Amino acid sequence: MSRRRLRARFSKHGKVRFTSHRDVARIWERSLRRARVPVAYSAGFSPRPKIAFGLALPTGYSSDAEYLDVEVDPAWEAGIDDGTLVGALTASLPTGMTALAAAELAGGEPSLQHAVTSCTWRIDAAAASAREVSEAVSRAMDSSELLVQRERKGRLSTDDIRPAVHAVEVQPNINDGVRLIAELATQPRAARPGELLASLRVPLTLLRACRLHQWIATDAGERREPLAVAELSVAGAGVAP
Amino acid sequence: MSSLWHQLEPLLPQASKPARYIGGEDGMQTPRHGPGIVSWLLTYPDTYEIGLPNQGLQILYEILNERPDAAAERAYAPWIDLEALMRSEGLPLFSLDTHRPAALFDVIAFNLSAELTYTNVLNCIDLAQVAVRAEGRGDTDPLIGAGGHCTSNPEPLADFLDFAVLGDGEEAVGDITEVVGDWKGSGRPGGRAGVLRALARVPGVYVPSMYRAVYRSGRLVAVEPRHSDVPAVVEKRTVADLADWPYPKRQLVPLTEVVHDRLNVEVFRGCTRGCRFCQAGMITRPVRERPAEQVRTMVSEGLRRTGYDEVALTSLSTADFSGIEQVVADTVNGAGCSQVSVSLPSLRVDAFTVGIAAQIQRARRTGLTFAPEAGTWRMRQVINKLITNDDLYSAVESAYSQGWRRMKLYFLTGLPTETDADTLGIAELARNCVALGRSHVRSPSVTVSVGGFVPKPFTPFQWFGQNTVAELRRKIGLLRDDLRRAKGVQLKWHDPAASLAEGLASRGDRRLGAVIEHVWRRGGTFQEWSEHFDLGRWQAAASACGIDIDGHVHRHRRADEVLAWDHLSAGLHKDFLWQDWQDALHEVGLEDCRWTPCYDCGACTGYGIEHVVASAVPPAGGSQGTGMDTARGGEVPVRLLERKPEAQSGRTLVGASA
Repeated sequence: MSRRRLRARFSKHGKVRFTSHRDVARIWERSLRRARVPVAYSAGFSPRPKIAFGLALPTGYSSDAEYLDVEVDPAWEAGIDDGTLVGALTASLPTGMTALAAAELAGGEPSLQHAVTSCTWRIDAAAASAREVSEAVSRAMDSSELLVQRERKGRLSTDDIRPAVHAVEVQPNINDGVRLIAELATQPRAARPGELLASLRVPLTLLRACRLHQWIATDAGERREPLAVAELSVAGAGVAP
Repeated sequence: MSSLWHQLEPLLPQASKPARYIGGEDGMQTPRHGPGIVSWLLTYPDTYEIGLPNQGLQILYEILNERPDAAAERAYAPWIDLEALMRSEGLPLFSLDTHRPAALFDVIAFNLSAELTYTNVLNCIDLAQVAVRAEGRGDTDPLIGAGGHCTSNPEPLADFLDFAVLGDGEEAVGDITEVVGDWKGSGRPGGRAGVLRALARVPGVYVPSMYRAVYRSGRLVAVEPRHSDVPAVVEKRTVADLADWPYPKRQLVPLTEVVHDRLNVEVFRGCTRGCRFCQAGMITRPVRERPAEQVRTMVSEGLRRTGYDEVALTSLSTADFSGIEQVVADTVNGAGCSQVSVSLPSLRVDAFTVGIAAQIQRARRTGLTFAPEAGTWRMRQVINKLITNDDLYSAVESAYSQGWRRMKLYFLTGLPTETDADTLGIAELARNCVALGRSHVRSPSVTVSVGGFVPKPFTPFQWFGQNTVAELRRKIGLLRDDLRRAKGVQLKWHDPAASLAEGLASRGDRRLGAVIEHVWRRGGTFQEWSEHFDLGRWQAAASACGIDIDGHVHRHRRADEVLAWDHLSAGLHKDFLWQDWQDALHEVGLEDCRWTPCYDCGACTGYGIEHVVASAVPPAGGSQGTGMDTARGGEVPVRLLERKPEAQSGRTLVGASA
């Protein structure tokens, strides 16, 4: 019995970015039903739709690169690659959420949670001096460790996030501060945009963050997106928050 | 631009659950503000999660937005963390739809579903940057109104409300819109007092400032109109036929988690079971069923539009809906590719109902909830919940035999004439239910949920002196001791202290306003939330305001006494209620008047309308207050007669099946 899986990419901008990861899951359950996608259900006492989301996007962040995998009825006639599906999904989603691409997954493709290795973030932060931030970023990239404190189960621990910071570019041209474009790893130890700012040890307040890409590292040492660029119709991507 | 969004947005990352402040739900309307438009801010005085599903608010939201002369938006009480941020930033209460400041609306209308939200009403008015007391408001300030079940006695809020709507709001909001629109359009003649005087003449609209409360020796003796053109008694509004009001047509689908997160379709309004403790059943008479065909349409279109996989058929007793079986079957079978579950929020206690439940909970069988309300047959005759122990046992046995393992039973304690034997009868019933379950499932469990009884206006128990906190605690203690070693029975109870505050607000007169304001000014908001409720604050307020708690709450009221709501009417004759109160004390039950002769309670005759019931035959099931000796348990023929509603059908006598 072959499983048939659909992967979709969507963006999240504007007011709706204040919904939580769990909220987004519920929104998708309803939207898939409205778009008449025959989602497969788990068996048993309390059947659940078989939908898997990738890495949670922190509440309040926007994104051009959210993904979900949906197991569908193998007998579903409507074509997954058909451009109408993307339109139907967008029509079923709330204002601010836009389906960007959808494709059928090859068998054996690992789950998003396992496959994704890093994300590219656009981080806008209030800062007194853009130059000071640029210097702090240079120092951080040159150093061998970047320590941040985090609270876990009520206890403070200190972690080194330097291995998780792949690249940071500083753009000093936003109104009230700086814009960082950062590629941060998601495993084994993930680094979050807020942690990157904290690790720079200059006065910085996070204003807005947007996930631009999720990346899967390949064995060849390259990276690709969970939905390959050729399949993308990124009409709505890059919308300002 | 009048949107506060850009001031609110930077605060949201610091607030818990920020999605409750963003709006943007499917079903959200696009309000058109401007000249000639009366704008309404429909406000639920509790959190978004509690308030969004409120059907009354959603119905009026659509009806108003369909009018060319009105625009309606929604607001909910911000949680304590955001409120603190808003106050420190000087940000007022806002609508969710366009984040418009509350004070820019012509009318701020509150839904009053629970007395413990009253302090939140004051808080929301204050957050709106409007004077909390009605007397402090000027000509251009919003009119502060209220609707919902608690307006059957709005007196505790009389100092703060400009008007209250009694009964169904569907037609009243249109009338109010016209009065306010005319007043605004003609240069606000007479100022604020002018529009209030005009509103007082609208049927169903009560304007507290047009009435004077008279006290003698510390007792209320009259509430009198100040002007001859103001009605001495304000009658509630009642829509004659639900078929004319197929709302909500576009139920709001929230983006974040709320209670009752499902499609809700109201199948009938009103109830004539006659449970004497139940205010909702008394004040919403007569029974008005929605045509089954319309229910089916609202269900199928609603599911398709919203994407929900669950629909609740709501009413005060959904198993009484004529043709319920067919409607349920059509819903379950007509859902197409996805699985749909149906829930019936108010289950009747009988095997027939369990049969329907088995049919609809095929997908997700969680737990079943029954409300026998009292532990002994004697007590249930007093409260007129005429289900026998056998009714309950056959329902429970039927549920266990069909695979349910968990049962929840709701009870009240502190009922009139209740003895310790009645209280302990609750424990006895629960133990017997678990014992019945053992022959069907491995570890049956029964959760017993006990609430302290709070007498409500316009019920036969409105004269009853509520039990004290100490007495309610003692009774709960009896149950705890008795059930300590009962395997499979979990006991839960509602805080008796909260019942006292609820009792104070429920039957209080205008003097309670000072207490509510006192509690609010000392930070007593969100009193429905146990972590924020503090009885000490209410007691301190009562003593500071010279209010005698015993006199308002614990004292039995006399027959000749003036009640705080005597100048208002829910259609029920006061002598009917008094007779029913005497019957209660004599343990005399009263059958359901849908299928027996009229008792002349006043609800039908007073408004010239009839019960709208499609079936002249009582539904199958247990005795259930029908007085009919219908067979019970699994052997009943679970088949209902479905008939076209006829003008007289509600009155038809059905002696044959007795």
